[in-house]
Amino acid sequence: MHMADALLSPAVGATFWAGTAGAIAYCSKKLKDNMEEKLIPLMGVLGAFIFAAQMINFTIPGTGSSGHLGGGMILTVILGPYAAFIVMASVLTVQALFFADGGLLALGCNIWNLGVYPCFIAYPLIYRPLARAGNTPRRILAASLISGVIGLQLGALSVVFQTLLSGRSELPFTTFILMMQPIHLGIGLVEGFVTAGVINFVLAARPEILESSLSARPFSANISVRKVFVGLLIAALLTGGVLSWFASANPDGLEWSIKKVFGKPELPEAGGGIAPALKAVQEKTAFLPDYTFKKTEGAGAGAEEGKKEEARPAVETGKSISGILGSVIVLAAVLLIGVVIRALRRKLA
Amino acid sequence: MFDEGYFNLGYLDALSYRNTFVHRLDPRAKLIATVAFIVTVVSFPKYEITGLLPFFLFPVLLFSLGDIPVKFILKKVLLVSAFALFIGIFNPLFDRQAAYSWWGLPIARGWISFLSIMLKFFLTITSALLLIATTSFPGICHALRKLGIPDIFISQLLFLYRYIFVLVEEAMKVVRARDMRSFGNRGKGMKTFISLAGTLFLRTVERAERIYQAMLSRGFSGALHAVKPYRVSGADVVFLCSTIVLLYLFRMHDVVGAIGGLSMRIF
Repeated sequence: MHMADALLSPAVGATFWAGTAGAIAYCSKKLKDNMEEKLIPLMGVLGAFIFAAQMINFTIPGTGSSGHLGGGMILTVILGPYAAFIVMASVLTVQALFFADGGLLALGCNIWNLGVYPCFIAYPLIYRPLARAGNTPRRILAASLISGVIGLQLGALSVVFQTLLSGRSELPFTTFILMMQPIHLGIGLVEGFVTAGVINFVLAARPEILESSLSARPFSANISVRKVFVGLLIAALLTGGVLSWFASANPDGLEWSIKKVFGKPELPEAGGGIAPALKAVQEKTAFLPDYTFKKTEGAGAGAEEGKKEEARPAVETGKSISGILGSVIVLAAVLLIGVVIRALRRKLA
Repeated sequence: MFDEGYFNLGYLDALSYRNTFVHRLDPRAKLIATVAFIVTVVSFPKYEITGLLPFFLFPVLLFSLGDIPVKFILKKVLLVSAFALFIGIFNPLFDRQAAYSWWGLPIARGWISFLSIMLKFFLTITSALLLIATTSFPGICHALRKLGIPDIFISQLLFLYRYIFVLVEEAMKVVRARDMRSFGNRGKGMKTFISLAGTLFLRTVERAERIYQAMLSRGFSGALHAVKPYRVSGADVVFLCSTIVLLYLFRMHDVVGAIGGLSMRIF
């Protein structure tokens, strides 16, 4: 489920980082304006709780495989969307750094996929309306199940789109969707059950925690549906705008995926303008007269084919041998540098 | 398995407090350099292999200069390779057009893009782990704060980090106690999990209340402050500049091809 750096293009990674950073800034501001200081240690320790609870595995009924908690919905119900988003973002950041789950560029996508959907879609649009009427265990179960499933489905869908837009993977859209969505339907159901279970447990043992956390954040009540939709619309427009801007500069990724998604090679209107300029800059800066290098090759072969895909020039044996030789030398040199430095350090120590 | 995961977390943390040239660099410089490195690596097109090879210089330098155990990091990288491997392995299946023919044996383009994904995966993940192994987590938080990330998020990261070790230990006690009372898979169902997690949750909330009271009695006023002062030195500037210049050179010029061509001419 965690998106990985290697499957991302810089444009997609940066776009989702921008969205995530915006969400973090927005939530921080909201919290700063309304928060009780008391919430600071609670948020921090609950983040650690998510980690700890993930270490307790359990068997999923009917399958025998073992699962663990995701935690996004529990946090949202207890802390409200803004604080929960910050906590989720911090948990994923620590996971990215210490467990290398995904990587730093993909962290933007991961926070988006696992934070934005449960906190700002599943919770205000599904959980709250369902659970508001009365906190009966059954209502909580229904609300958690539906919102857990929806949140994870959206997250999984995002992974598919992020991968396809980046154009590093060859998976066709339908195959990918058919693989991701059912798996995450199962995960979402389990997550919903566990979320409901823990919330009902807390409700039975110490109901004032849920009540006091509700009263400690009066602002959570006024998330309006319209606001959420307007926010999403702006995000969608921004994403579309940024991606299409990059798409004209970097045709291989987006065109490829659009071909896969819509069955047509190109969007009706591909915005030009910036692409030639960028290419000129690239050619100027990349010029090193002594050696043959890839940019000129690409331009030469690409001129005939258009800019449909990365040019693969006809392979000359000499070229491929020099490529292999160069690779071996570079790798050997790099390794040698490491070994020498290590030996020197040992000697000096 | 959980003991191991926990131990790793602590070990990585311990590594980050070593005192080498790399560790002494300013966290900001290292953070920016790592992000630049990752973006440069990822920016290579789908079928690039040779262009990625020179980038191995960076992890190798950090490993050797920072005195980081290679095996430990590689094991961690291997552990998380599942998703990239799982998605990447479809490339050879769907992209079968021959790209090269190797003495009559055709090599599909899918294999090339697969190899490219795996190289990128290795480089990006290793660099992220090396960042934390050479820069302490509080150091990274400090860098993020200086780079303009909101204070609330930084406090959150620091708090989370402070209490992970405490709560993970508590969770491990719970797991051990449950395992000792359950035979086979009995007692490991969702019902038990819910009561365990619920209890852990209640204890966590109570802990938060105690922490808050302790903080108040020590004069907490809403922000956490770093004790260790960080200052940008000449070494940081040199490090960052040379990294960026090298990244630029490696990205824009075919180093491998040039060296290969040169060596062909010599031999």
